[in-house]
Amino acid sequence: METAEKKYTFKDFTSDQEVRWCPGCDDYVILRSMQKALPDMGVKREDVVFISGIGCSSRFPYYMNTYGMHSIHGRAPGIASGVKLANPDLSVWIITGDGDAMAIGGNHFIHVLRRNIDLNIVLFNNEIYGLTKGQFSPTSLVGQKTKSSPYGNIQQPFSPGELAMGAQARFFARIGGNNPKDMTNIFIESHKFKGTSLIEVLQNCVIFNDGCFKSVTDKTVKEDQQIYLEHGKPMIFGKERNKGLILNGLKLEVVTIGENGITQEDLLVHNAKEQDPTLHQMLIRLQYPVATGVIRSFDDITLEERMDDVTKQVKANSNFKKTDDLFFSGETYEVK
Amino acid sequence: MITAKIKGQPEALEAVIIRFVGDSGDGMQLTGTQFSDTSAMFGNDIATFPNYPSEIRAPQGSLYGVSGFQVHIGSVEISTPGDEVDLLVAMNPAGLKTNLHAVKPGHTIIVDTDSFTKKNLEKAQYETNPLEDNSLENYRVIEVSMTSLTKESLKGVEGLDNKSITRSKNMFALGMVYWMYDRSTEHTEDFFNKKFKSKPNVIEANTRVLKAGFNYANTLELIPNSYTISPAKMAPGTYRIIMGNTATAWGFLAAAEKSGLELFLGSYPITPATDILHELVKHKHFGVKAFQAEDEIAGIASAIGASFAGDLAITTTSGPGLALKGEALGLAMMIELPLVVVNVQRGGPSTGLPTKTEQSDLLQAMYGRNGESPVIVIAASTPADCFDFAFEASKLALEHMTPVILLTDGYIANGSAPWKIHSVDDMPEIKNNLVNEVKENWHPYNRNEDTLARNWAIPGTPGLEHRVGGLEKDSVTGNVSYVPENHEYMTKIRAEKIKRVQNYIPDVEVEFAQTGDLLVIGWGGTYGSLHSAVKQINKEGYDKIGFAHFNYINPLPKNTRQVLARFKKVVVCELNNGQFSKVLSNNFNGCEFIQFNKIQGLPFGNTELIEKFKQLVQ
Ligand SMILES: Cc1ncc(C[n+]2csc(CCOP(=O)(O)OP(=O)(O)O)c2C)c(N)n1
Ligand code: SF4
Ligand SMILES: [Mg+2]
Repeated sequence: METAEKKYTFKDFTSDQEVRWCPGCDDYVILRSMQKALPDMGVKREDVVFISGIGCSSRFPYYMNTYGMHSIHGRAPGIASGVKLANPDLSVWIITGDGDAMAIGGNHFIHVLRRNIDLNIVLFNNEIYGLTKGQFSPTSLVGQKTKSSPYGNIQQPFSPGELAMGAQARFFARIGGNNPKDMTNIFIESHKFKGTSLIEVLQNCVIFNDGCFKSVTDKTVKEDQQIYLEHGKPMIFGKERNKGLILNGLKLEVVTIGENGITQEDLLVHNAKEQDPTLHQMLIRLQYPVATGVIRSFDDITLEERMDDVTKQVKANSNFKKTDDLFFSGETYEVK
Repeated sequence: MITAKIKGQPEALEAVIIRFVGDSGDGMQLTGTQFSDTSAMFGNDIATFPNYPSEIRAPQGSLYGVSGFQVHIGSVEISTPGDEVDLLVAMNPAGLKTNLHAVKPGHTIIVDTDSFTKKNLEKAQYETNPLEDNSLENYRVIEVSMTSLTKESLKGVEGLDNKSITRSKNMFALGMVYWMYDRSTEHTEDFFNKKFKSKPNVIEANTRVLKAGFNYANTLELIPNSYTISPAKMAPGTYRIIMGNTATAWGFLAAAEKSGLELFLGSYPITPATDILHELVKHKHFGVKAFQAEDEIAGIASAIGASFAGDLAITTTSGPGLALKGEALGLAMMIELPLVVVNVQRGGPSTGLPTKTEQSDLLQAMYGRNGESPVIVIAASTPADCFDFAFEASKLALEHMTPVILLTDGYIANGSAPWKIHSVDDMPEIKNNLVNEVKENWHPYNRNEDTLARNWAIPGTPGLEHRVGGLEKDSVTGNVSYVPENHEYMTKIRAEKIKRVQNYIPDVEVEFAQTGDLLVIGWGGTYGSLHSAVKQINKEGYDKIGFAHFNYINPLPKNTRQVLARFKKVVVCELNNGQFSKVLSNNFNGCEFIQFNKIQGLPFGNTELIEKFKQLVQ
């Protein structure tokens, strides 16, 4: 990817289309964070492509002044894979919702993660189908009342992070939909990461699932309920910055610095780059505190690198330069 | 040990149809391919058709485990593998049982008597041995102890286990047939030398058995060497034998080179289309990007992405896969991107008859999408012209900025025929609609005045950043629009764009009678069968019968109505329940279309066609 000489501002990434989300929707925060992150990625505007599926979230590409495609429900991973394989110099982003990615597009979602093409996936998880006006989604909680579950949802949900780990995801980050500052940084991290990255945004839908993440993301509780992980830094959290995580047997345990002789040195240090996903998985599953930030960022060879290697090798060992070389090779015969 | 019951002398023919049948493990495909390649190199025109069992490893000796390969060779133009055979080589009872019906009465059957054991006869559900119960009286049966003779000829060759010894008996049969038809064993010997380069004992063994079969037929003179089929009159040039699916793959390679674009294939395996994927994955030396996706939807989706990014993008499948691709194909149509979808048709509906041929996806190709969603539909007609139509599909997609569905079928996809090699230099130019200049008032939906193709601005081009999508577009800016009049206008523009393709495709040609009593109409893979039937009936004196074969289905060639008007009756022959006939009726009301449909998973037979045509002109 060539780097941009021109210095952009967020305005350069803002299209002339009127944004049509409900007032107060977290999607606005995600849009603005992306428009702010892009100038700092150093990528040329013409090299950026947003591919979305269908859903409220998937309107996103229309609002970005880059190349983009608002495609069909659940299929953005396939389209984005084609874009990237056709032109590996592009910075390709998939915009998807919980239904788009994990219901209709579930198959593509797991396969895109497993292949590790250098793509960035932003998953707008609002635990509801927004665009179709409020049915439960694969991430809706058991008991959740929605238009299609008036007596409470009876289907067990997915955890996007766990699903992603099962699919061999190399990069997984999670962030509250009301946290533009960290979100912007995570977008930049995701861009830098070579491989498929998945960012789960805990996105509030003010209309059909208002407050779904309030107990974790609300400004008043956020510092106590979330642990924002940074590679190489101790796992510390809390308003007082006096809480942390240690490993007790096979479980993560919350401890308080200063109690029972615990010091900061006793806390786990976050290693996002570790290949072994065990600890990352435990962090993803943690209910209290909820892990945010870049939880996993394991550098691995990408599909396009592998493809490139094979192609180079085949080219070096082949006598076929033009199709004529192939067509006239082997068993041909003359008719006079 | 060796007996030959000769009933009558075989006649000298200008063409001969031979079928090799045996157990899946008997190497019939190889035997058939060797015989057809040798004949082609000798200068015969040929057409072949393999017939595999649908099970991967059917039980040995069973009726449904029979594998066959039919080849039609001639000193005249050959357009089909033929239906009734002049010579059947049956390596086991199951092969004989399942193929006897195809042998012309009085014609020859060669059997390996060693395989007519009690066990094999039971497996083939024979109550008595057909070689002993006079049930083959109407045929000329040549009984040969092929397995024992093969073993004998291999005495002294080191390092062969029993299995590989018995396995090479197919070469004994091939040797015999070479002698019968006056063919040299040279080509097959060369083949052994190349194929088994590092295994001299295997080369030796195969060569010995081949020659043993040849000499056996020669020295014992049990078989009169009376068929000598001289070379056919074919246009001069360099030829090779090509299978339909390979030709399709190569057509795309040629189109990519000609257009200067990279080729991207997104696909998911499905019979009988998979061989196109198999072929294209090999050609990384040309920079082909072949992506085996997780399903058909991801296959087409990746192709749409690649097309958006500026590749020549294709996706290959068969009927059920096309059904899955429907929604995405609608997207490609809506965002007006070039894309080729190949559907190698098989027997449907649902899983249907996966290994058999049919033409029953025509209406799916025409209409199988939500909304008003016209695309170009074309069809190849022979194994060799799969090359031309894959090239043409790419050209039309790129020049008209639209998805194109290319229909082939299991019959031509697996069949092979001589192909006069086309150098890419001799192929027509392919233009494209790429733009890279920033002009004032540029919009992604600016159209070419003649073709109505929109322009193609690909990511990486500064200043032309834009968004496309499945929502309706404003006709000028390309932004999302819900304006009622705009939707109607855009729907009509998209239809008109496809209609105008008529100005860029050739007229449909009429062969044989140019006006008269009966026009025989066909489309796609039935060309060979229909052509030879109409040719034969004309020779018999029915010279008021013409033949028009369609490769362009949507849009239809401009002169279609005028051609229809030149005949008193029109019969549409197709391997489905009348789909093309529906398309024609829709387009040309007032014309009456008689239907001749066959829905058995099989190609048309010569006899049934001729009977039908005669009945229609009586
Ligand atoms: C093939 C198909 N099926 C169903 C729909 C209807 N549909 C549109 S969006 C959607 C759910 C979207 O939910 P989600 O992905 O969570 O996105 P959100 O609107 O919540 O951002 C559904 C069911 C469709 N557009 N296409
Ligand atoms: S319905 Fe919910 S998710 Fe959709 S725009 Fe409105 S608030 Fe946002
Ligand atoms: Mg949602």
